Amino acid sequence: MKILVALKQVPDTETKIKVAADGRSLDGGDVKWITSPYDEYALEEALRLKETAAAEVTAVSVGGDKAKDILRNALALGADQAVLVKSAETGDPLAVARTLAAFAEGKGFDLILLGNKGFGGDNASVGPMLAELLGVAQANVVTKLELAEGRFKAEREGDADSEVLEGSLPAVVTAQRGLNEPRYANLKGIMAAKKKTIEEVDAAPVAPAVTTVTLALPPSRPEGRKLEGDAAAQAAALLGLLRDEAKVL
Amino acid sequence: MILVFCETKDGKIRKPSLEALSEARKLADAAGKGLGALFVGATSAGAEEAAQYGADVIVKIEDPSLAAYSSDGYAQAIADAVKAKGATALLAAATSCGRDVAPRAAARLGAGYASDITGLAMEEGRLLVTRPVYAGKALATTRFETPVQVATTRPNVFSLAPCAKAGTVETLPAPGGGFLAVVKEILTKGAGHVDIAEADVIVAGGRGMKDGANFKLLEELAEALGGVVGASRAAVDAGWGLPHSMQIGQTGKVVSPTLYIACGISGAIQHVAGMSGSKVIVAINKDPEAPIFKLATYGIVGDLFEVVPELTKAARALAK
Repeated sequence: MKILVALKQVPDTETKIKVAADGRSLDGGDVKWITSPYDEYALEEALRLKETAAAEVTAVSVGGDKAKDILRNALALGADQAVLVKSAETGDPLAVARTLAAFAEGKGFDLILLGNKGFGGDNASVGPMLAELLGVAQANVVTKLELAEGRFKAEREGDADSEVLEGSLPAVVTAQRGLNEPRYANLKGIMAAKKKTIEEVDAAPVAPAVTTVTLALPPSRPEGRKLEGDAAAQAAALLGLLRDEAKVL
Repeated sequence: MILVFCETKDGKIRKPSLEALSEARKLADAAGKGLGALFVGATSAGAEEAAQYGADVIVKIEDPSLAAYSSDGYAQAIADAVKAKGATALLAAATSCGRDVAPRAAARLGAGYASDITGLAMEEGRLLVTRPVYAGKALATTRFETPVQVATTRPNVFSLAPCAKAGTVETLPAPGGGFLAVVKEILTKGAGHVDIAEADVIVAGGRGMKDGANFKLLEELAEALGGVVGASRAAVDAGWGLPHSMQIGQTGKVVSPTLYIACGISGAIQHVAGMSGSKVIVAINKDPEAPIFKLATYGIVGDLFEVVPELTKAARALAK
């Protein structure tokens, strides 16, 4: 079985976002870059399948040179090979999906795993777009995955419920927290990964379907009001304000 | 034409879909376009309600093969409808279903896509949307470069605007089955379970709750206020047995309720990312220096184990 895991490099979740001088992109200066947390579940699932079902795991990332860090980490964790598809960050999910589809097309992957969303554009859309472009099944926001001969069964998180869906392989599956518990790289893996090469290919140019015009910080909230008195007095004051001033009750 | 993919539940249109319809009506009026409401399924009971929210045309794609949801089947039906109606914009609500099917339909149409939008305009026939990025830590304004444009609207952001229109019913052919992946079963997590993304009132607890059992206090307050309970990542990770589906924050759900009551939550940037879109924020925390107070509309410096029961009592009295 051949598995492709698509990884995205994103700012650490604790990062304060700063807008670059161009007014429409992220100032990456002080940013610590990590593998998108949901992609970690995708990679872990692939590695487990490698151990239990003799799968071959390829990690891929669409991005610039610094994305090699997360690919190196994937190799340290146990991915068989890693490929960087060199492309400028566009913030356009369709462009990323087209680039990934062009890479995956014809390579015989049975399963493509990725996080249900990356932290950046937050569109949660590369998975379903990739599935459509490749003409294969999709299962999104998955918390449980079982594979059988040419088929899969997945549990996905809905708005208030969960859904069990069944479909045919090949498929694109996007991971949600709960799917597994990602492992950490050990020293042996880290040393071994240093000896492996990360293949680099250039992405074919893709016309953007959407462009970011401006990026701005959210408006700051007006100074709030602290409520005084004992617990009962604070409670009474709060409910009064919620009803009469904020008018939300 | 602007087309809105509408979801129904129990023979009624879901509220996030009505919000999308309401906003689409404004957009259609401003751009001088027609508005279509699209229904896909085995039946479209409840579809007529779309006329009350401004649909000029109600487009139905009905077939037994569409009884169970399938991403590829529904995406095909939606893309077919967009083409048949010559629609230039397709909107859906950013629900579990909308976020699953809309990007797939967009890829099928070669259309630009933007998820979870909180602002919507049209400029020279193209959508211009505002949306939170980096989990709400920044706002992006995005322009579409494609002739057809697809976007999902964040629940609880756009207000309902009833506006009666003709609502002429039209039926289109269904894709015909043989779908790649189909929902076989829905696992219900218990009656009355409400999605926190749609809730108007959220009472959330953090590490200051000290134990999962203490969330009972928050449930009582939530019940008195007609809301639901959420949690910070710290509380979910603490091993108190709280499910991830309750988690609000960058690695959890992003919520936009009318009222958000943060109990024992310090206000880490990761959590704030998920709730800063709340209209009114109340913070209850013992630590007067907790960063959550910088965000709060109303702050209570105090012991939540004293304040929350008093609030519940007062809220129950108010409800009577």
